[in-house]
Amino acid sequence: MNKLSIVTKGFIKENPVLVQLLGCCPTLAVTTSATNGLGMGVSTMAVLICANIVISILKRVIPDKVRIPCYIVVIAGFVTIVQLMLKAYLPALDKSLGLFIPLIVVNCIILGRAEMFASKNSIVDSALDGIGMGLGFTVALGIMGLIREILGNGTAFGVALFGSVPPMGIFMLAPGGFFVFAILIATINFASKGKAIKKKSFGCEGCAMAGSCNSSTCSEKEASA
Amino acid sequence: MKEIIVIIMSVILVDNFVLSQFLGICPFLGVSKKMDSATGMGFAVTFVMVLATAATWPIQKFLLDAYGIGYLQTVVFILVIASLVQLVEMTLKKYMPPLYKSLGVFLPLITTNCAVLGVTITNIDDGLTYVQSLFNALGAGIGFLLAMVLFAGLRGKLEDCKMVPVAFQGIPITLVTASILSLSFMGFSGVVEGLFA
Repeated sequence: MNKLSIVTKGFIKENPVLVQLLGCCPTLAVTTSATNGLGMGVSTMAVLICANIVISILKRVIPDKVRIPCYIVVIAGFVTIVQLMLKAYLPALDKSLGLFIPLIVVNCIILGRAEMFASKNSIVDSALDGIGMGLGFTVALGIMGLIREILGNGTAFGVALFGSVPPMGIFMLAPGGFFVFAILIATINFASKGKAIKKKSFGCEGCAMAGSCNSSTCSEKEASA
Repeated sequence: MKEIIVIIMSVILVDNFVLSQFLGICPFLGVSKKMDSATGMGFAVTFVMVLATAATWPIQKFLLDAYGIGYLQTVVFILVIASLVQLVEMTLKKYMPPLYKSLGVFLPLITTNCAVLGVTITNIDDGLTYVQSLFNALGAGIGFLLAMVLFAGLRGKLEDCKMVPVAFQGIPITLVTASILSLSFMGFSGVVEGLFA
């Protein structure tokens, strides 16, 4: 696979948020402004790249049976580093992202890439994959944040747009988050005539952990669903 | 006593984990197709939340804080939760097969559920006492269960609806439904203050 396609793949064709629909929690929770969305995206990207590199280095050392706990420790280590850096240099961003910084650990995009890509590919490829996926995540969160900020607060990156017209505050709140995400996905469906998003509903098959969680669990649930 | 009721009521209705704080969205959207799996997932999450809080609160106070290594919180908590879930799964499988059949199948998925890690960290950040933390976790779990059950019911009805525009079929309409459910939960804001003021 050529190097450029690894980066662009994560960015467009396999965009983690808009196409694969992974990492929904931060996507919905921190996108109350474009700055927050981008900040979360960049923090996640930093963790993703570092974790991908380290896991790719260690892929022959980590025993297969305990790989998931090993990945989680590596990821948690980098999340702690990012957390401390944000506290030291960007305290305002740290405050507005709050709980969702430590929760980067359980972001399924990162564990998913470790399991699906970094544990099977070379160090350089894994780093590029981290950059691509991270950029895709950042751009998606930035767009979500921008839309919600414009509609819900009447500003874009903190600059007032509409003068005295009162904004629709609901878009800053929880229902607005779900709604904007729904419209974004519907728009992509419409523009690509339903071809871009392979996943037709939320279910076990979309979970990044599907490969690692015991398969009888998944099939059992699928059968009942 | 009143304090604990306030904590439970506000975390179930006003600050519902799923519908207003966006924690645990993955299982909320993924395992809510059928009512029985939604209920099972809800109970399993409640159980693990209380257990995880019971284990992590003393670790934070008597180990991390006592030795000034609070920065290890994220690493320690996720490892404790992961091993706890594994332990519970093995215990249930061996000693309580019926319970394992209904709850156990959801356990592996809960390790990386952000609602569980979220509730343990929130308890510490908000400076709750041990008892308050346990009830906060219980309330958060019940709130999750409530949201799951309501949403599974709505999705059941949605399956029968044939009028959805093509672009909205599947995921978008599910998210719109979640949006409306979350909108209705906004009606609860101020309820707890009003009741116990």
